[in-house]
Amino acid sequence: MKRNGAEIIVEILERQGVRTVAGIPGGANLPLYDALRDSSIHHVLARHEQGGAFMAQGIARVTRRAGVCLGTSGPGATNLLTAIADAKLDSIPLVIITGQVPLAMIGTDAFQEVDTYGLTLPITKHNFLARRPDELLHILPEAFRLAESGRPGPVVVDVPKDVQTGECEFDAWPEPWSNSAPAPCNPSEIDALACMIHDAKRPVLYIGGGILAAGCEAELAQLARRNSIPVICTLMGLGVFPADDPLYLGLLGMHGSRATNLALEEADLLIALGVRFDDRATGKVAAFCPQAKVAHIDIDASEIGKIRPADLSIMGDVGQALRQLLPLMDAPPRDTWRSRIAQIQIDFPPAQPDSDHPLHPIRLLREAARLLPHDTIITTDVGQHQMWTAQIYPFRHPRTWLTSGGLGTMGFGFPAAIGAALARPDRTVLCVTGDGSFLMNNQELATLAELGLNVKILLMNNGHLGLVRQQQELFYGERYHATRFEARTDYAALARCFGVKGVTLDPLEDPAEALARIFAQPGPCLIEAPIPENANVYPMVPPGAANRDTIGGTVHA
Amino acid sequence: MPDPVIDLLVQNHAGVMSHVTGLFSRRAFNLEGILCGPVEDGAQSRMFLLVNEDRRLPQLLNELAKLYDVIHVELRHDIPRQAFDPMQVVREEV
Ligand SMILES: Cc1ncc(C[n+]2csc(CCOP(=O)(O)OP(=O)(O)O)c2C)c(N)n1
Repeated sequence: MKRNGAEIIVEILERQGVRTVAGIPGGANLPLYDALRDSSIHHVLARHEQGGAFMAQGIARVTRRAGVCLGTSGPGATNLLTAIADAKLDSIPLVIITGQVPLAMIGTDAFQEVDTYGLTLPITKHNFLARRPDELLHILPEAFRLAESGRPGPVVVDVPKDVQTGECEFDAWPEPWSNSAPAPCNPSEIDALACMIHDAKRPVLYIGGGILAAGCEAELAQLARRNSIPVICTLMGLGVFPADDPLYLGLLGMHGSRATNLALEEADLLIALGVRFDDRATGKVAAFCPQAKVAHIDIDASEIGKIRPADLSIMGDVGQALRQLLPLMDAPPRDTWRSRIAQIQIDFPPAQPDSDHPLHPIRLLREAARLLPHDTIITTDVGQHQMWTAQIYPFRHPRTWLTSGGLGTMGFGFPAAIGAALARPDRTVLCVTGDGSFLMNNQELATLAELGLNVKILLMNNGHLGLVRQQQELFYGERYHATRFEARTDYAALARCFGVKGVTLDPLEDPAEALARIFAQPGPCLIEAPIPENANVYPMVPPGAANRDTIGGTVHA
Repeated sequence: MPDPVIDLLVQNHAGVMSHVTGLFSRRAFNLEGILCGPVEDGAQSRMFLLVNEDRRLPQLLNELAKLYDVIHVELRHDIPRQAFDPMQVVREEV
């Protein structure tokens, strides 16, 4: 058969099972858009390429399949960069297809030419510059394989315009990529792990995004429950283990609970599964779990021993390792450790509101959790609202919590919510955001208005870049600078301008009734909550300090 | 013992060098010498990177092994520093 490069791309996307792509057209990817017009693939027209790429991330984070986004050359490509880097740091599978100037013009500073290959090299799992249409037959399935296999990540395919229009003859379509069963782990290492867990008096499971990537939440829950091992989550790992289980300790690290950080102090075995000992999680590394031996399982060999040497390391798929491990495990009751954990939880209860303001974020989040279905997908932006949500919201299902963990990108939450709703139109999606973060991708209100998806935006308006203001208060002697917004923006009116319903909660009233009314109506709505301006997130470990040196965290009057 | 040399077998195409050297430059890790040439009829390249002893080397070897175009990576200590002296080629010419 004979096809041009653009047709090859579109057909391979279809064969790969891609149903939705997000992006923006321009001169250098017009052939691709022309081919897309005849395709069954739903193209979502974003209003900024970063928004499009975060929509693709939202799709990827809830489905575990590569999200796809498109951009033109030059500014289209540079606008994508932040969301690509974000996907790299959180190991999210993405395939990003960019237009490029024609081959012969590369290197001439042609109109809208930028070195997309060079720019994306350090922020992708891999990147390709296609030089012939027939190369696409190999590159595209390979891009999906790379994005989704092993430790997932973003893959960029840069396609010059003449490679999109150029034709080639070929006999057969390549097989779409599909994930095969993971390789077995070394049995003697699994035996050693079983012994280590058996011998431990105070083991702790330290789990992260790797469990979600491997899709082994059920195996993890079995291990924890059968062996009475408390579960501690990284920011990426929230939702993996149900928050209402007595073995659930919650978030560790900078804004983790005291109970969690204390349990880690006392642990004699740290079972680290799909985690990377991120500095926001460990605090000062030398003081992290000082008494504990470490068993580390990860699919990525370069993570093992990177920050903390492991006493036992297993390189492999964590789900596979757990499936091999479970039959070898006995079920010790660990009564002493269980009651110690229960006591720690009583001594250090979850964060409480630090004022009786009816719209204190902690109250709002508790109310939202009470009203919304259990399988509601929550996305956040970056800041205090993100940390409150991580601390307070009782996640019960995997992939119901989408947040920018590694890069900490303001602007993530709203487009990611649109992506999540595109992938799961049956669910409610709630984007918890701040007044600072929301403005970074608010243009996607137009996209949401077109799509009419069931996305609710809970905008916690404190008139500040709250998390930065908090750091200035605590660590810079209250020398506030550039963290207060002088202009009062009417966010509900902003939403209405775009054709999305917008409401402002009354700061003097119990929000329960208003929230119940809003959540009961399907379709998009922005809820502006004027929250107290100076509320802080506690507990907090100062940057660079040991996790035991927490500020706050007991009940605040 | 001669200085450490990272011995790499890679696919021979335009982006490989950037992928490899990018891992070093982002860590402000200087490459003291680079020796590179085609093998296997030009489909692959063999690359020797002369480096100083550094506690980050094991991590870098792991990162190199992860690169798509890297086929094999090994640390060796048997290549004399003089092999990286560009002047030896020039001297032989004159
Ligand atoms: C793109 C980007 N720029 C800057 C920062 C630094 N930063 C982290 S939190 C924060 C404040 C966020 O403010 P807001 O969205 O209003 O959330 P709040 O902390 O008030 O809940 C800033 C500026 C960031 N994380 N991302």
